[in-house]
Amino acid sequence: MNKRFKEHVDGKKDLFIPFITAGDPNPESTIDLAIMLQEEGANAIELGIPYSDPLADGPVIQRASERALKNGMSLEKAMDLVPKMREKGLQIPVIIFTYYNLLLQLGEERFFALVRKNNVDGLLVPDLPYEESEEWRESCEKNETALISLVAPTTSEERLKKIANEATGFLYCVSSLGVTGTRSHFGSPVFTFLERVKKHSNVPVAVGFGVSSPEHVKELKDYCDGVIVGSAIIRQVESQVDALQNKELQKDAIEQIRAYVRDLVAPFEKSKIHS
Amino acid sequence: MTTKVPDQRGRYGQFGGKYVPETVMYALEELESSLNDAMKSEEFIAHYHEELKKYSGRPTPITHAENLSSRLGGAQIYLKREDLNHTGAHKLNNAIGQALLAVRMGKEKIVAETGAGQHGVAAATVAARYGLECKVFMGEEDIRRQELNVFRMKLLGAEVVPVSSGSKTLKDATNEAIRYWVSNVEDTFYLIGSVVGPHPYPKMVRDFQRVIGDESRTQMETPNKIIACVGGGSNAMGMFYPYLEEDVDLIGVEASGKGIHTGKHAATLSEGRLGVIHGSITYLLQNETGQIQEPYSISAGLDYPGIGPEHAYLSETGRVTYKGITDQEALDALEILSEEEGIIPAIESAHALAEAIKQAPELPSSDVILVCLSGRGDKDVHTIMEHLGGEVDE
Ligand SMILES: Cc1ncc(COP(=O)(O)O)c(C=O)c1O
Repeated sequence: MNKRFKEHVDGKKDLFIPFITAGDPNPESTIDLAIMLQEEGANAIELGIPYSDPLADGPVIQRASERALKNGMSLEKAMDLVPKMREKGLQIPVIIFTYYNLLLQLGEERFFALVRKNNVDGLLVPDLPYEESEEWRESCEKNETALISLVAPTTSEERLKKIANEATGFLYCVSSLGVTGTRSHFGSPVFTFLERVKKHSNVPVAVGFGVSSPEHVKELKDYCDGVIVGSAIIRQVESQVDALQNKELQKDAIEQIRAYVRDLVAPFEKSKIHS
Repeated sequence: MTTKVPDQRGRYGQFGGKYVPETVMYALEELESSLNDAMKSEEFIAHYHEELKKYSGRPTPITHAENLSSRLGGAQIYLKREDLNHTGAHKLNNAIGQALLAVRMGKEKIVAETGAGQHGVAAATVAARYGLECKVFMGEEDIRRQELNVFRMKLLGAEVVPVSSGSKTLKDATNEAIRYWVSNVEDTFYLIGSVVGPHPYPKMVRDFQRVIGDESRTQMETPNKIIACVGGGSNAMGMFYPYLEEDVDLIGVEASGKGIHTGKHAATLSEGRLGVIHGSITYLLQNETGQIQEPYSISAGLDYPGIGPEHAYLSETGRVTYKGITDQEALDALEILSEEEGIIPAIESAHALAEAIKQAPELPSSDVILVCLSGRGDKDVHTIMEHLGGEVDE
């Protein structure tokens, strides 16, 4: 198993797994955000690769993608940010979140060469379902890279078993139908779904899509091992877009986002292992 | 001989498949099993053919373009008249099939994407006929360019949803339709407009369009060549599929736009690279790192950065040859057909015709070229006027 996953994710409760878009609004901010998120207790970082056609994403992450693409971000450049994060003290696993086309164009060999060279720990491909992923599953295993699988409320029992059986890293539960974005509340169908997943899973079960308030975190924490937070953080980044690109205001902007994140994960009451 | 495609996993050789978020996998499984079931039901098939006949006006005739053929002085050109379908294009064949399937599956709503608005109009039409609620996603840029079709859809009772993401055209409308579908899979049927998307869509659309080729086979002897235009590839697949095992040259025509060298084109097969678009592995126009690029063609219906996976496969096996036709060549062909035969074709269809006009003079007059005239040109009159300017005035 990947050593950083073993140390920071495996067997843990109250996991906090934030998602940020690489290069939104610039590479320096992405690095600083990653460090700040680790300080606020993140157990792993999902590093989103901007894409022209992000099918599984709602408007917030679409806009983040557009901002990052304008600055020329790519899968390869995003992977090259990871060593810079490590230099600044990032210890938690980094998961590359990318649409399949970008991965195909970079090529399997090149991708894993970068994984090894840059100390990347995981891969999540939202449009690569179980049926199409065998080859990548094998090469991820060979390269000690967690391939994060998704399950949805609509996933049949039979598929859920298959997916859970081969899951590595953690199992990503899509909270509800739809694309990424914020939702007002969760509720019993999600809890039932999470219980169903937990029954089959040997890895931590984390829930994502729509987690955007401390109330959500409180509501969900007893039903799963952790939460994935994307759009809610990106929205904060968006509100600081100009400041993040201004040398004098950048630090303060990160602090503003930190305050939001701290409040969001407060219900976890985790000891701040990294701070 | 061609092997039977797609396979169980929806693969056409290395192309096709299901590259979609987990949330829609269940909907694709449901669709596949309902589709297999429907295609085995005599009642369903009979109902579909009854609607093609009594609602859409099929069979469409084959017209010998005699004046055009003698003007060119070579092979005889025949036209499969899909322009005579209700709503003016082949699109309705598929829309009827999918809407009947949606009803059979107990869905109450359909969602569709549209570029020029032809498929949107077809979707809105069948929604009205079969009592379905209909949402059509359309790029803001296309809404501006295709005012009349937007009005038509609204008149037919559909809701047209403007798409402002990405480049605000067909690919973005498709993204948005898929996103909507992901959020509403339980009561909504996604009625896709061409032989694209994740399995089983390319196969389903082909099977609802093959009536074009099936009819042609009963209407004339096997021609020497068959030519059809290719956007996503549905009229071409419908025309070619029943002829794949016959001794006939099959030629698909992509839009070269302002010329390949200008970068303003939609020549997916000649200029694209292998990749994933809208759930399927195929050729697509993209930059070096894999960002999908905006295609260009004067015809909104050919303006798609990908191509159906079965076309990618037929190109690779060599069974079908793919050529490019520019805006100008298509416009010239459109004018010639209008003058010679009194038929104004859709600009999309004019691309296929332009290829026939190129090839006919090289062939003996005993040879026969069948062109799929996929639609009528009424929708394009505005564009044609802009491009031909004063020349045809008075
Ligand atoms: C008349 C006509 N022909 C052809 C096309 C291209 O689609 P396809 O390649 O799926 O036949 C369109 C699409 O809008 C159309 O309206």
